[in-house]
Amino acid sequence: MQEVRILPAGDQALLVEFGRHIAPELSANVRALRQSLHRIPINGILDIIPSYASLLVEYDPSFVSSEVLSAEIRRRLPLKTEELERKQELFVLPTIYGGEFGPDLDDVADHAGLTAEEVVALHANRDYLVYLIGFTPGFPYLGSLDERIAMPRLTNPRLKIPGGSVGIAGTQTGIYPSESPGGWRLIGQTPISLFNLQADPPALLQPGVWVRFRPVDDMEFTLIKQQVTEGTYRIDRISHD
Amino acid sequence: MTKLRVLQPGMLTSVQDRGRFGYQDQGVPPAGAMDEYALRAANALCGNSIREAVLEFTMVGGSYEFVEGGSFALAGADMGARLNDHGLPLWQQCKAVAGDRLTLGWAKRGCRLYLAMSGGIDVPLVLGSRSTYLSGKFGGLHGRMPVTGDEICSQFGQEKEAALGIFSPDWIPSYESCLTARVILGPQQECFTEKGIATFLDNEYAITSQADRMGYRLEGQPIQIKGIADILTDGVPAGAVQVQSEGQPLLLLADRQTTGGYAKIACVIGADLWRLGQTKPGDLIHFQAVNLVEAQAAWRDLSKLWNRWVRS
Repeated sequence: MQEVRILPAGDQALLVEFGRHIAPELSANVRALRQSLHRIPINGILDIIPSYASLLVEYDPSFVSSEVLSAEIRRRLPLKTEELERKQELFVLPTIYGGEFGPDLDDVADHAGLTAEEVVALHANRDYLVYLIGFTPGFPYLGSLDERIAMPRLTNPRLKIPGGSVGIAGTQTGIYPSESPGGWRLIGQTPISLFNLQADPPALLQPGVWVRFRPVDDMEFTLIKQQVTEGTYRIDRISHD
Repeated sequence: MTKLRVLQPGMLTSVQDRGRFGYQDQGVPPAGAMDEYALRAANALCGNSIREAVLEFTMVGGSYEFVEGGSFALAGADMGARLNDHGLPLWQQCKAVAGDRLTLGWAKRGCRLYLAMSGGIDVPLVLGSRSTYLSGKFGGLHGRMPVTGDEICSQFGQEKEAALGIFSPDWIPSYESCLTARVILGPQQECFTEKGIATFLDNEYAITSQADRMGYRLEGQPIQIKGIADILTDGVPAGAVQVQSEGQPLLLLADRQTTGGYAKIACVIGADLWRLGQTKPGDLIHFQAVNLVEAQAAWRDLSKLWNRWVRS
């Protein structure tokens, strides 16, 4: 791993960078530092935003100086990540592909030179690591996509995307938890609710867990959606030891 | 208990406190008052803790009727506040009786006005905060802006601190339509050419009509980027200045997305952040680079002043 960089992001946040690319071992370092800062907090830290390969550590400079904070963080390096690199819990998310639920599926297929069915098979037949929750409440950034179905974002983002939409952006895939604007290519939709204010933590998926998409048809989608609304649907979780 | 009925809700009114912290790793933006200075002043003048929620009015305040009277305070932009037929002062405690009508017009100076009620606004805590996150539809008053007929109450029997009696005229800020905002360069200044950074610091940028609680799209001399402005998605602090591919800056504020994939040329310092909440479309911002020592000294001075308000 390259050297860890700690950069000021304004006068009230430090960006702790383990690297600048998407990789499971960088993600494990991010999670390990986050865990360490939760277990043994440093006075003055207000909030932490972990992402792919870095953490933004927000602090109040009246309580801790950037030098002290930076030194405290460096003192905790290198972190133990073996445990975090192992595959943990896997969430199976039923997903309906194409049609009105995935209006960009055909474009992704054209771009890839594949059929829509082949795109679905490549997207669904894979386990994705949840790298981070960001952008909007509960939105998981998942990786990595099979390179063959990678495609850049839309040039003109949509103003309204239905909640549950599954999208592609480059080699990332993700899910819009609630209706929002956005530029990811939409290939399907899951009826599972990804963000719940009554839950603790409110996001269903947390960095470090894994996700698999299970293709479902119209009927099963409608049925599960109803069960989710009624609160009777049990999400299929597989734990890895 | 003070109770306010909404007659006309104004242009963009919402319940806000200092913000929702500790959930940004769940993708939840902090939200909170766009001008923390005025939020704190309004609360202090009512004898409220700084944690209490207030009403934030934007550009046009609207009109309200006191169903039950009580003490309140207004701080921030001058919206020509009137109680029935009388003009109301800002930056001091006022009293209303049942039946009084509060009218708030267009902001003459500044952009946002805050109304604190003694006891603080009574809305439930959602993820530890009373702030409204409008696009997430939660927090504040049912996650939305107030509408005609809504009733907004203060909390009953809240323990009160001694109200700040006199707000020194020296503490009343002036809101300029051309603001100098101090910044710390980075964290991705290496994505920009030297010329690009000089352009950013030497020119004024106008706030476009695309300006809301999430952020302000700015317009001015394009900032030269080395290659592309895309970075690996990382956390976005308050006051971050992102530059998108066409070279125009986007200033990210209270309701910002928690993470973003555009390079950040600079971040506005904590001591100047609240001033951005009083700027509006058409206003100009000049960014001035400072170092951490200067920025944090300014923050400590501001914190000291804010502490005086609750202790005096």
